[in-house]
Amino acid sequence: MKILVCMKQVPDMESKFRINDQGSWYDESDLAWRMNEYDEYSVEQAILLKEQVGEGDLTVLSIGPKRIQETMKKALAMGCDRGVHVNDVKVHEKDPFEIASIIAEFAKDKNFDMIFTGMQSQDRGSGQVGVLVAEMLNLPCITTIVDFAFDNGTVNAKRELEGGVKAKVSAQAPVLVTCQLGLNSPRYPTLPNIMKAKKKELAVVEVGDLLTVESRLETPKISLPEKKSGGLILEGEVGDLVEQLVTLLKERTTVFA
Amino acid sequence: MKTLLVAEYRDGRLLGSTYDLVAFASQLGGESAMFLVGSDSDLPQYDGTLYLADSAKYGEFNPSVHKQLLLDVIDKEQPDMVVFNHSSYGWDLAPRVALAMGAAQISEVVDIVDGALVTPVCNAKLRREIKAKTAKCVVTLQAGAFTLSGEPSGTVAVEKIECDAKSLVVFNGYEESEAGGVDLSKAEIIVSAGRGIGKPENLEIIRSLAKALKGEYGASRPVVDSEWAEHNRQVGTTGQTVSPKLYVACGISGAIQHIAGMKKSEFIVAVNTDRDAPIGEVADVLVVADLKQFVPALTERLAG
Ligand SMILES: Cc1cc2nc3c(=O)[nH]c(=O)nc-3n(C[C@H](O)[C@H](O)[C@H](O)COP(=O)(O)OP(=O)(O)OC[C@H]3O[C@@H](n4cnc5c(N)ncnc54)[C@H](O)[C@@H]3O)c2cc1C
Ligand SMILES: Nc1ncnc2c1ncn2[C@@H]1O[C@H](COP(=O)(O)O)[C@@H](O)[C@H]1O
Repeated sequence: MKILVCMKQVPDMESKFRINDQGSWYDESDLAWRMNEYDEYSVEQAILLKEQVGEGDLTVLSIGPKRIQETMKKALAMGCDRGVHVNDVKVHEKDPFEIASIIAEFAKDKNFDMIFTGMQSQDRGSGQVGVLVAEMLNLPCITTIVDFAFDNGTVNAKRELEGGVKAKVSAQAPVLVTCQLGLNSPRYPTLPNIMKAKKKELAVVEVGDLLTVESRLETPKISLPEKKSGGLILEGEVGDLVEQLVTLLKERTTVFA
Repeated sequence: MKTLLVAEYRDGRLLGSTYDLVAFASQLGGESAMFLVGSDSDLPQYDGTLYLADSAKYGEFNPSVHKQLLLDVIDKEQPDMVVFNHSSYGWDLAPRVALAMGAAQISEVVDIVDGALVTPVCNAKLRREIKAKTAKCVVTLQAGAFTLSGEPSGTVAVEKIECDAKSLVVFNGYEESEAGGVDLSKAEIIVSAGRGIGKPENLEIIRSLAKALKGEYGASRPVVDSEWAEHNRQVGTTGQTVSPKLYVACGISGAIQHIAGMKKSEFIVAVNTDRDAPIGEVADVLVVADLKQFVPALTERLAG
């Protein structure tokens, strides 16, 4: 069984973000980088599927500059067999349509039996790439899955809807699924597996070799949101903070009444 | 600007979020029409043409068929913009339609500024203004970002539509969430734990404060996904919607899906080490502190 999982590296969301000089994106210096949270679930599900069928080849693909190889190594240490790094220093300027086209161009003649993506990326969060890849490859696509079962070529998945309701959906492989938070429990790579991952293949492909389309969105203007006034910010010693908050709660709420 | 609004049906009912589309369209100005896979039994209140496909025949979830139904209407109406909710229905269908139209898609729009559409980046810590290069475009709207000022009104002119596309997926029905457990919507005081608690043992810190305040404890999604708390404690779009007198968010960053579930609380306190955490946007008080020190100290003060 041939499986593809698409993974994106994103900045840690607790970072302090600054705007770059062009005002088109966040400044990438001094940020900590990690695996897109949604993709942790898709990588895990791809590995679980490979373990279930007992044989196969699992490729992790990621588009971005050289730094993404660190995160790709984590995916390899978790259990992917090989990595394909699509080298693109300007990945942040690509729109979801271009990213999807790159992935589809890579996948089109490889006959993957299953493709996994996250439902969205944490930084840009378009939620488009997975669906677009499926449509470009003419594959059935099930989005936002919180439950996945594979039985003899049939995918039975549950889509998460609003308010805790789920929709039960099935399709015949090859299928592309986009993974939602909580789908499984992503494993931590063990030390022996981190060592083994160093020997796994990590091929580099230049983005120019796979990109055949043009962007459909203008370069965006990015800014910090205006701070909503009204909210009070308390800083200082814990003891003082406690007293200040208790006073505020007494003044402005009826919880002690 | 001519818009086509894609309304939503669930379990035989029109979703209220349909009116967010109407609010957005009226903010943009210009003509609009509506598309729905639903039935005559629950029609939107809207003055305009409603292209209606029968959900009994085409299913409430059937992407390839809904796509074809919608493309036929787009062909006829020639809208400049096709508008969806950024919902499980919308984010699934919109990219399919955009690709078939050769149109750009802008996801999770929260505002319109000088003709550009604004979307959040990095958990709403940043925002960007985007424009499509293509003549037509597809957008999805963040839940609650556009709302009608008054009650919906109007009468639709129904035009029935049909198609015979093949479905690629089979929809086998809905599964309701397990009922039972706590009903947080009735709680007057809620103290919620987020991923910032770090480890499951620290949930006790949050429960103790909830107890000292005679309230209930809640949780953000990662805490529930990690099975540190039961699903019936989850606050947010895929959990419960709450409106207590006091909501204390501990170690919760303030993602839109969490905020949607608690922003109607009367008084909101956030405890977070990150001064810039987006929860600050809705909090009446943001206490910049480590919850592991601050929360037990507060509990002790209240007990003493
Ligand atoms: C379709 C969909 C539906 C969703 N539904 C929901 C939902 O119903 N409910 C929900 O909650 N989420 C939901 N989410 C997930 C949501 O997008 C966020 O991922 C989630 O809310 C983040 O939870 P968090 O704030 O606890 O964690 P994080 O975003 O990781 O934030 C942790 C916070 O803790 C702070 N922190 C860390 N250490 C400390 C410390 N020692 N003391 C104080 N603060 C600390 C950090 O500064 C940070 O702000 C949904 C997502 C999607 C896509
Ligand atoms: N640069 C990238 N490299 C590899 N996969 C990506 C990239 N960007 C997005 N994806 C995949 O597409 C999913 C949805 O992303 P998005 O449409 O940007 O919200 C992600 O969860 C990834 O699985």
